[in-house]
Amino acid sequence: MLPDAEALMLALIERIRPQAGPDTGLVGIHTGGVWVAQRLHAALGLKLPLGTIDIAFYRDDYKKKGLAASVRPSDIRFSVDNTPIILVDDVLYTGRTIRAAMNEIFDYGRPSSIRLAALVDRGGRQLPICPDYVGATLQVPATQTLELQRDAAGRLSLHLLERRA
Amino acid sequence: MIAASPQLTADGKLRHLLTIEGLPASILLQVLDTAASFVSVAEREIKKVPLLRGKAIFNLFFEPSTRTRTTFEIAAKRLSADVVNLNVQTSSQTKGESLLDTVANLSAMHADMFVVRHSQSGAAHLIARHVSPHIHVINAGDGRHAHPTQALLDMFTIRHYKTGFNHLRVAIVGDILHSRVARSEIHALTTLGVPEVRVIAPRTLLPSQVRSMGVQVYNRLEEGLRDVDVVMMLRLQSERMNGALLPSAEEFFKYYGLTPEKLALAKPDAIVMHPGPMNRGIEIDSSVADGRQSVILPQVTFGIAVRMAVMSIVAGN
Repeated sequence: MLPDAEALMLALIERIRPQAGPDTGLVGIHTGGVWVAQRLHAALGLKLPLGTIDIAFYRDDYKKKGLAASVRPSDIRFSVDNTPIILVDDVLYTGRTIRAAMNEIFDYGRPSSIRLAALVDRGGRQLPICPDYVGATLQVPATQTLELQRDAAGRLSLHLLERRA
Repeated sequence: MIAASPQLTADGKLRHLLTIEGLPASILLQVLDTAASFVSVAEREIKKVPLLRGKAIFNLFFEPSTRTRTTFEIAAKRLSADVVNLNVQTSSQTKGESLLDTVANLSAMHADMFVVRHSQSGAAHLIARHVSPHIHVINAGDGRHAHPTQALLDMFTIRHYKTGFNHLRVAIVGDILHSRVARSEIHALTTLGVPEVRVIAPRTLLPSQVRSMGVQVYNRLEEGLRDVDVVMMLRLQSERMNGALLPSAEEFFKYYGLTPEKLALAKPDAIVMHPGPMNRGIEIDSSVADGRQSVILPQVTFGIAVRMAVMSIVAGN
């Protein structure tokens, strides 16, 4: 039984709220991380515009998989230098996406800190990366994919899919 | 069974970029969309991404070029590749080495990609047919045949200023006959769904079968420019000006040079493009080249992002 993504969203907001200051920069990772970050950004009333990044140019599996068919422009419109950043993803898994995202953020400047928020931590880390804020922690076997979806009304929901061979 | 395209993989992905002709709109749009993301990379403090780290790219130019070679070089460097520039007209080819021998030697130096400019049509195809499977070839202009990255950067520029293709009237002006740029532009415009592509040139500078490419032919600039959204000028190559095809440069400018008066016949928000290098006062008046409708310098800037997109797409397939 999967948890309700909307309830996790509320829990995540309350966990971050005490530590999100007026100068905090929020950066969501395409696509699901941007949905979560948009909700966080509105709920926390942050002043800096929401940043979004697509890590396609920083992936470590380019040699194996090539470039993704669709790459969205990364868009960070605040100065990253000396800014405390909260990096937001939907489902935290191997940690490789987070490594790529941190590399990309550093090409914008030198943040004073980066903390990591994820709606769900599904386990299975392959890198020394640990979230600072999570909505829930689940154990999902490697044969399955945990996916966040958003319907036309903007409601978030979690889905478990069998991994394609 | 249809013969496989030499530039596509078995599953239809872009392996080499040799010509626009025959490519589906989906691949052209993938290049344009990816290039848009690379434009945003150029706005950052560090204008580099690690995609092609450890790859060796050889710029193999058998014909002189400044803009194309430089933008390919910048593009490769922004992708973190190692770049080697070879101007072969001053090198071993003058000692009699064949094209394929040159390529074989560079392959032995662990090349991963060749960017090729050559005066012979088909040179890039020939190389693509003979390189080992991990090597990618990009045509940077071959004879009168094709200049696909120029066409793609032109399409990127048009989409940037005109937000789409299916409502446009586009005119290509000048020496269509000898122009690989015009040929690639026509294929790209028609593939992307531009409903009206015009070519404007004197009869002596038009290929005989040009209508079969899906364009409308005009011999008078004043008629062809009427109500167009985009004016794409071509360079008049100096070696054409004194032969039988044209009486003189002055004569050409009088009838086909783009002046403010003639540009006024196009739509008021029409953009003016030129692939460079420009002959001011021959195909284009300085006041137009430097005027508010000119997007000639943005074309150059977009060219870097478009070439980054092409290189990173082919190298991954």
